[in-house]
Amino acid sequence: MKLDVELAGVRLKNPVMTASGTFGSGMEYAGMIDLNRLGAVVTKGVSSVPWAGNPVPRVAETASGMLNAIGLQNPGIDVFCGRDIPFLRQYDTKIIVNVCGHTEDEYLEVVERLADEPVDMLEINISCPNVKEGGIAFGTDPMAVERITAAIKKKARQPVIMKLSPNVTDITQIAKAAEAGGADVLSLINTLTGMKIDIERRRFVLANRTGGLSGPAIHPVAVRMVYQVTHAVKIPVIGMGGIVTAEDAIEFLLAGAAAVSVGTATFRHPDAAIRVADGIEEYMERHGIESVSQIRLEEE
Amino acid sequence: MDRYMEKAAVRSQTRIADGIFSLWLETPKIASLAAAGQFVNVYCNEQSRLLPRPISICETDADGGLIRLVYRVAGKGTAEFSKLGTGDTIDVLGPLGNGFIAASGIPEEGARLMLIGGGIGIPPMLGLAASLFSMRAESSTGSGIKSPRPDIVLGYRDEVFLDDDMAVFGDVYIATEDGSKGTKGTVLDAIKENAIRPDIIYACGPSPMLRAIKEYAVKHGIKAWLSLEERMACGVGACLGCVVRTERTDEHSNVRNRRVCADGPVFEATEVII
Ligand SMILES: Cc1cc2nc3c(=O)[nH]c(=O)nc-3n(C[C@H](O)[C@H](O)[C@H](O)COP(=O)(O)OP(=O)(O)OC[C@H]3O[C@@H](n4cnc5c(N)ncnc54)[C@H](O)[C@@H]3O)c2cc1C
Ligand SMILES: Cc1cc2nc3c(=O)[nH]c(=O)nc-3n(C[C@H](O)[C@H](O)[C@H](O)COP(=O)(O)O)c2cc1C
Ligand code: FES
Repeated sequence: MKLDVELAGVRLKNPVMTASGTFGSGMEYAGMIDLNRLGAVVTKGVSSVPWAGNPVPRVAETASGMLNAIGLQNPGIDVFCGRDIPFLRQYDTKIIVNVCGHTEDEYLEVVERLADEPVDMLEINISCPNVKEGGIAFGTDPMAVERITAAIKKKARQPVIMKLSPNVTDITQIAKAAEAGGADVLSLINTLTGMKIDIERRRFVLANRTGGLSGPAIHPVAVRMVYQVTHAVKIPVIGMGGIVTAEDAIEFLLAGAAAVSVGTATFRHPDAAIRVADGIEEYMERHGIESVSQIRLEEE
Repeated sequence: MDRYMEKAAVRSQTRIADGIFSLWLETPKIASLAAAGQFVNVYCNEQSRLLPRPISICETDADGGLIRLVYRVAGKGTAEFSKLGTGDTIDVLGPLGNGFIAASGIPEEGARLMLIGGGIGIPPMLGLAASLFSMRAESSTGSGIKSPRPDIVLGYRDEVFLDDDMAVFGDVYIATEDGSKGTKGTVLDAIKENAIRPDIIYACGPSPMLRAIKEYAVKHGIKAWLSLEERMACGVGACLGCVVRTERTDEHSNVRNRRVCADGPVFEATEVII
């Protein structure tokens, strides 16, 4: 029985990775869990220059979920290359760098800067709902998605994952546009835009007013979108959104995902991603399934 | 940094004032490491509430493997905790954050120390008072600190709590908003009324109180160490949810933000914009 999976020529020891923004670059969790057990670490989004992010409060709890409006705070690509990549290289796991920007040029600057760095894949966040000028405009317009994907593919030395926003009318259109632009892999879903109001203070809970909803509350929406996308494109899809247990992850694999990411659950259970990988293995044993790619829906 | 997720059994829980609870938890690993001013993430058993409730470590019994939390029922999570009885279990992650002495360093010889706690910011000050007390006791062997008995200023809305516990470790001054005990007014009113002159301030409490203390400390050239609060998701420094603006660019974030959970919660007053 084999737990390893291949994504665009990159072999992951298991199909479970961390979701961008919920794991930093692994440093904070390295003392608590064994990073070598992860299929890949997907880093927090990094931009060409440092970003200070949004004012606080940046996070709020909601029923079976949370809202965040971090605003993509990050130290910029120079500090990231000097500190975070060497840190992750100490571990036997794949490194996927999540990239963000306000403009096409900013994305390309980061992609070019990473060309000679020892990282395994790039994940392009064209879908962050918390940055006004950038991400969201790219992520919701199929023409813009195809154009930026093609531009990034031209410069990138590593396989490119395009990360899609669920905040669109038809996610399959965006997925097809990214595929047409040459994306190697798609990942979805990013957070769903939400809002929470404090009724006693009669104010928005988040300083940014809106934030991205994540956690178990979004799981069924994410499974549906992954199913739609895997049936609309030929390239592999990484499924995420509300995974806490192996069962949650297996739903994504059955919906057609090639791999999965665990995000918000790590805040509650730092070893969530490892538990999910163990649970997938146990499920495969129980069902006599030989490889992850054979976890497939029964045809109707 | 060593931190652990422990399934903590409740040793005991008592109500010590209106809406204020004292909870002793069996967390041997966390208890063996905890320092005053550090906190733990307490997780709800109700799984629909995902995020941690950060609660300061009020006291530690390292030999007994216990920590004490004192908290106010503020919403659904703390209401859930208040129903826990002896033998019930709850997930706790810690110890988290830097703690007062890790932030400030050992106070210099002879320094007059003032501890200020406001409302539900009082619990961590008890832990600090206790550890300063034992550090002073060790000063005869050379390893501790040489300083006079600290002044402890406690501010309440009305009903007082933990004041008797505090009196063991220092000279306690009380301020109540309604004037029912001690000085009528704020902790700063109590400081003025009693003409307390510290060299170093340690404080935890609501933001308006911390802002006033910062102003007071800057005016009098006193070093002040403040324990801050912010909404948290991870509690370990990974999500960047809990930042405070800083005067200078922080080495880790490379912007003018520091993480309250991992770089604090204790900061030097002039370093942070509060
Ligand atoms: C470092 C630190 C130490 C703390 N120490 C103590 C303590 O010793 N005793 C005590 O009574 N309280 C303490 N607090 C405040 C305590 O965390 C909140 O009162 C508690 O989280 C409220 O949870 P709830 O579910 O009852 O409220 P709800 O309002 O239902 O909580 C909803 C969400 O908001 C968060 N939240 C609400 N209020 C606060 C707050 N003031 N600070 C941070 N997050 C908040 C909760 O964690 C939860 O995720 C501390 C906070 C911090 C940051
Ligand atoms: C606090 C936080 C920060 C995030 N930051 C990023 C980010 O920088 N880039 C990105 O592409 N996605 C980011 N995300 C989205 C997650 O990677 C993921 O797509 C989403 O949270 C859904 O998965 P989950 O429900 O398992 O958390 C963030 C999510 C959270 C909760
Ligand atoms: S709560 Fe995540 S960085 Fe502080």
